[in-house]
Amino acid sequence: MSRSDFTVRVGGDSATGGIITTGEIFARIAAYAGLDVYTTRTIPSEIKGGHVMFQARLASTAVWSQGDDLDMLVAFDQESIDRYFKLIRFGGVLVFNSNDGQPPAVTDGVTTYALPLNEIAKSINFQRGRNLIAIGALVKLFGLPFETATTVIEKQLGRKKELLEQNIGALKTGFDYVEKNITPTAPYSLKPRADAPEHDRLVLNGNQALALGAFAAGCRFFAGYPITPATDIMEFLAGEFPRIGGTLIQAEDEIAALGMAMGASYTGARAMTATSGPGLSLMTELIGHATMSELPVVIVDVQRAGPSTGMPTKVTQGDLRISVFGAHDDAPRIVLAPVSVEDCFYQMINAFNLAEKYQTPVIFLSDQDMSVRVQTIAPFDLTRVQHAPRWLWESNGVNQSYARYAITPSGISPMALPGMKGGQYVAEGLEHLPSGAPDYTPEVHFENMEKRARKIRSAASEADRMRLLERFGDRGAPLVILGWGSTIGPVREAVARAQKEGMKVEVLYTKLIFPLPRDQIAEFIAERKAILVPELNHTGQYARMIQAEFWREVVSLRKFGGIPFTTQEIYDRIKQIYAAKCKPKGRGARALPTRRAKKRIIRKS
Amino acid sequence: MPSNLIQSMQPQTRTFELVNLSANDYKSGVRPVWCPGCGDYGVLASFSKALADLRIPPEQIVIVSGIGCSSRFPIFVNSYGLHGTHGRALPLATGVKMAQPELVVVAVGGDGDAFSIGMGHFPHIARRNPDITYLVMDNEIYGLTKGQPSPTSPVGMEKKASPYGTLETPLDPILLALASNASFVARGFSSKPKELTELIKAAMQHKGFSFVQIISPCVSFNDMTQEFKGATLPIPATHDPRDRLAAMKLAEHPGGMYLGIFYQQPRPTYEEKMQSLQDKNARADYDLPEMMSRFMR
Ligand SMILES: Cc1ncc(C[n+]2csc(CCOP(=O)(O)OP(=O)(O)O)c2C)c(N)n1
Ligand code: SF4
Ligand SMILES: [Mg+2]
Repeated sequence: MSRSDFTVRVGGDSATGGIITTGEIFARIAAYAGLDVYTTRTIPSEIKGGHVMFQARLASTAVWSQGDDLDMLVAFDQESIDRYFKLIRFGGVLVFNSNDGQPPAVTDGVTTYALPLNEIAKSINFQRGRNLIAIGALVKLFGLPFETATTVIEKQLGRKKELLEQNIGALKTGFDYVEKNITPTAPYSLKPRADAPEHDRLVLNGNQALALGAFAAGCRFFAGYPITPATDIMEFLAGEFPRIGGTLIQAEDEIAALGMAMGASYTGARAMTATSGPGLSLMTELIGHATMSELPVVIVDVQRAGPSTGMPTKVTQGDLRISVFGAHDDAPRIVLAPVSVEDCFYQMINAFNLAEKYQTPVIFLSDQDMSVRVQTIAPFDLTRVQHAPRWLWESNGVNQSYARYAITPSGISPMALPGMKGGQYVAEGLEHLPSGAPDYTPEVHFENMEKRARKIRSAASEADRMRLLERFGDRGAPLVILGWGSTIGPVREAVARAQKEGMKVEVLYTKLIFPLPRDQIAEFIAERKAILVPELNHTGQYARMIQAEFWREVVSLRKFGGIPFTTQEIYDRIKQIYAAKCKPKGRGARALPTRRAKKRIIRKS
Repeated sequence: MPSNLIQSMQPQTRTFELVNLSANDYKSGVRPVWCPGCGDYGVLASFSKALADLRIPPEQIVIVSGIGCSSRFPIFVNSYGLHGTHGRALPLATGVKMAQPELVVVAVGGDGDAFSIGMGHFPHIARRNPDITYLVMDNEIYGLTKGQPSPTSPVGMEKKASPYGTLETPLDPILLALASNASFVARGFSSKPKELTELIKAAMQHKGFSFVQIISPCVSFNDMTQEFKGATLPIPATHDPRDRLAAMKLAEHPGGMYLGIFYQQPRPTYEEKMQSLQDKNARADYDLPEMMSRFMR
């Protein structure tokens, strides 16, 4: 029997090595065999030692979340069995390393298969081959083609010839072991997607997608400082940039990294840096400077659980507040948040275009989960790649005096670049006259605060054109979900489930976090019975921003354990709120819009 | 020219045409906010003269600074400028230079900016060796914040923030630069304008990171003009500026403060190395579809 949607988890100790690699290679094999893949993982921060787990959801239809219950657990050790056995659904499968663990005495409804991984590895004299033996066994158990497996292994591990042969040997050993010793009795063969043509799917993670996006956006200058989970953006670009004449610098710290990017931008380059929370904190002062001196720059923050060093390999959406408000005094900037691995690519292009057009720092809020998650997605639509230019100053040939910070209706002023004759000015962190010369008079400060705020506010007008909103579900539904970032995956699945059961739900995700697309949100939340705002942080940072902006009561659904929402969690909440507030005859009067919000509603007749 | 400037040094080859302007043409017209008598006036004068002598077009120059009295410098010069945050002149300057290597990039600032808050950047720019000149106006005090001890203040200095005298030993910027392997290390004095002009010119003509410590007294909070005048003396003509250990010995000289070029040893610049890295790996046909295709299953 074949299933169309399958969740497999691999667990073990990272000291023995290769748990994540095992999972990742296996997921790639499934992807190459034509399945949709959505992976997630937890790893300890230590380089060696400590329990790790990798989870892959493999399906022959599109998938949007990591999956709740396990269809199969692959346990490399006893600890993995102890931790996860209870998560295996009725009818599921446990594959375990019988040299390092035993299943519980009662395994009701779960089929167990023993693989003596250590012994098999010993028999082929390749102790470190346990992972590939396990992969070979899984390929057989799932009914995936062996040739696909060898293709992937060649691509992933193919650098050294003899090693490759040894690896493929181990793979075959695992494959054969299952063939000879195990008669499958459980339903676990997988069929590729019916509508998936052979070679049109990308297999990559969020960091890779955003790095490709930066490349597409015309970024040719990167400076960064290593920090989990952002490091591999720098590592990827370090390999790519020299090929295309790009400059990449590993700076001495994050302050230097942003400083270098800003210096490059001052000369006209499309420049960026990438970091995680602790690095973003260090950058705060220079972000204020970029607002003040009106320098375009893109700052990627791959959010990880904090505060402080926190949990470097766990997810959060807790950097919204520092991204929007982290500054001394009012320092408006643009904040963008992609919603998926695929979206990382497109939003990166938007990030650069917004930075250049509005001459401002743009903070790009990815997260740990999205950054490491390997997913199968459609190839990027390169026809959507467009470059918005910076408004450059042009000399009229006469000895005119140039005002870099001219007060304009839009708040954007033409910028001269070094080398342009007559355009000499100082990019200032001090409050300044239109010429750039320092000035502290109240009128000047007032006008400039207005100018900088006006400029950023007007960026909200890009929301529709740049596709900074994602809206789906039932128009006019009594319950709406308003959200941001990567929580959209489980939300999508939970809503689909709720709809099947007759509930009406509509969803809006804003990729533009600041400035908020006010009109669209106001219209969206007007006259609803309940607004659910799910997010991965302790205080409901987005929910509070929405409440403050619109004076509306919202249900803030918060999760902050360092792991993403499950579909079940979102679904349960939808169901609960629906029963309490949205049933046709129920009482829901309290959730009607306030007068203030009503006034802002743009009615579509 | 300073007596011991390496004679074989070729002037920089520039991609732009040289201009004929007076020192005054290199002033922006914004009146400096410095106290009357501040050493920084002398530095500005020598600097403008150096630019006029080197005949660099104003639009090809970028002056990058941090925060402090001395960091106001770019505002008063007719050139492009980037007045950054406290201590961050060097990374900003590195970004400018690496993105646009033809530009003439000069970083300026004070002793606090360079050796306290911005200290973390100093050894690294020396390691990278971009063709950037760094002029540090050292007054052994925090001028802008009205007179607190700085990393170069003598031990025991009594100021409002150290009413019983400072406990820290001062650091020596020349030794620091030498230890960091800066490829050009010199010391000038704002009260010796002619020599200072020549030093700045030599630094700007040096290809690579050139560091000039400029004694520039703060007349309001630490007026040492007379003491410095008494203590300074030229580096002996016999000194070989390629000898780093000899340079260190000179810097350690207990009898006074030497002025001139301590060390100069050109080596490939950061931007040259980056360029050759790019040349070696460049692929004309490499584009987005190909990059993307590597992720295709
Ligand atoms: C982050 C930050 N901390 C503190 C200050 C206050 N501050 C301004 S200038 C300065 C010291 C300047 O000393 P120095 O660099 O020697 O320059 P000088 O004024 O002596 O030329 C300090 C502490 C600041 N502007 N920014
Ligand atoms: S306070 Fe000192 S350093 Fe600042 S301008 Fe006055 S004299 Fe110069
Ligand atoms: Mg000082």
